[in-house]
Amino acid sequence: MKILVAVKRVIDYNVQIRVKEDGTGVVTDNVKMSTNPPDDNAIEEAVKIKEAGKATEVVAVTVGEEKAQETVRKALAVGADRGIHVKVDGILEPLAVSKILQKIVDKEKPDLVFMGKQAIDDDCNQTGQMLSALLNWPQATFASKIDVKDNKLEVTREIDEGLETIEINVPAIVTCDLRLNEPRYASLPNIMKAKKKPIEEIAASDLGVNVSPRLEQLKVEEPPKRKAGIKVANVAELVQKLKNEAKVI
Amino acid sequence: MAVLLIAEHNNKELRPFTLNAATAASQIDSDVHAVIIGQNSADAAKQLSELPVVKKVLSVEGAHYENFTAENFTPVIVKLAENYSHIVCSANTFGKNLMPRIAAHLDTSQVSDIIKVISPDTFLRPIYAGNAFATIKSNDAKKCVTIRPTSFDPCESTGGSAAIEKVDPSEEFSNTKFIKREEIKSDRPELGTARIVVSGGRGMQSGDNFKLITEIADKLGAAIGASRAAVDAGYISNDHQVGQTGKVVVPDLYIAVGISGAIQHLAGMKESKVIVAINKDGEAPIFSVADYGLEADLFEALPQFMEELNKLNTIQK
Repeated sequence: MKILVAVKRVIDYNVQIRVKEDGTGVVTDNVKMSTNPPDDNAIEEAVKIKEAGKATEVVAVTVGEEKAQETVRKALAVGADRGIHVKVDGILEPLAVSKILQKIVDKEKPDLVFMGKQAIDDDCNQTGQMLSALLNWPQATFASKIDVKDNKLEVTREIDEGLETIEINVPAIVTCDLRLNEPRYASLPNIMKAKKKPIEEIAASDLGVNVSPRLEQLKVEEPPKRKAGIKVANVAELVQKLKNEAKVI
Repeated sequence: MAVLLIAEHNNKELRPFTLNAATAASQIDSDVHAVIIGQNSADAAKQLSELPVVKKVLSVEGAHYENFTAENFTPVIVKLAENYSHIVCSANTFGKNLMPRIAAHLDTSQVSDIIKVISPDTFLRPIYAGNAFATIKSNDAKKCVTIRPTSFDPCESTGGSAAIEKVDPSEEFSNTKFIKREEIKSDRPELGTARIVVSGGRGMQSGDNFKLITEIADKLGAAIGASRAAVDAGYISNDHQVGQTGKVVVPDLYIAVGISGAIQHLAGMKESKVIVAINKDGEAPIFSVADYGLEADLFEALPQFMEELNKLNTIQK
């Protein structure tokens, strides 16, 4: 079984976002960037499946600008075997990314494609589902547990009401929840070894996919600020305020 | 062209966020048709036909629709989409799972999780865990839009009498099989729609200690929430998680107990009308969004809180 894992480079989850004054987006210059957190879970799961002898190869792919390759390099440092970097500049919508990934799937013929359920920058939560639509493959979204059984996967999904379990036939797409596993850290020797693992570079323009945006981002602004609150001295005061001032209890 | 609303239901009745999505759909265009796909879902279809904003109901029945699998829902919606300008549903796990599959088939760039309809092609949506709002204009001929339910009021649920039209089912997708759903049943209000939410974080230290929260929630008629840290630590099940990757809640009162207030948690609750933070770390970021902050050890404060509530003559429900 071969597993393709898609990873995205995003602003690190600990960074306080600042909106650009001209309203064109958020500040990314000199801001710490990292792999999208649930994509780390996707890599971890693929590597674990390989370590359990149920997969033969883990290939990490990213789509994006020059520096996006860092995320592939990080995936290689935690156990992916090789990488693919589809180079493209500018804003990419999930539909465009899923079309590019479809081309990579056609070329690589993986049995499974894993990725995070959502990217923490645009919060779209679309790419995995779109890719599975384009391929007409089954989709297991928001996965918090994966059991590999021959040519099937049993996947537990996190849904609003609790948990759902489905069985999907391979080939299939899985989008990963943060609770799927605990991603490992890359050890220094593995970071060194990862530098020797191959990363294939492909220009998006060579894949014959139209990636021009369909959506126009007219404006990006700060959300309305909450007015500053007060500190209360004790529980009695708190309950009085809730009862008589805020009138919510 | 009219707007097609995808109803969310449990085969017996509509799920509450369908009413919020109906409101959003009616703000895009007054001509709203609603599709309901399920098995033995006639009662839910009737309920849908009684929403005054819905002008026509399309009912699709089939055994393979019983468990709402996106792979089965998609072909029938894609076919219906020919006659509509917009496809709309809630941005909860139902809609998040389904809509992108439809959008890809229609070759449409989906607009996710909108909080405001500015015009039929322009929407406001939060990005970066709600730390920025983006105004997005869609230039696609057909628009697929998911709406944040808590940003739209539920529509009226009675008074309408839309015609219910049967639509032929599509073929079953055989590569996905539903096994089971483990729903946590509770007499408390649903987290997404509750008037009051009491949430616990890592500071609770154990699942057992959540009974301090349960007690207060029951007294207030509140739902119980949790931070991701508390769910990850196994104190409470995942359906309670509030935040960027959990549920977004907008109650009248949100009480955060032992929650530090990571950006990812704030994303799920900072639009609440009144926020209370109880935390022993006075520097915790949760205090920056709290209307009322109490710097205290929760293990002392919660029993006192319960005592104070017991002293009140009346409590709003």
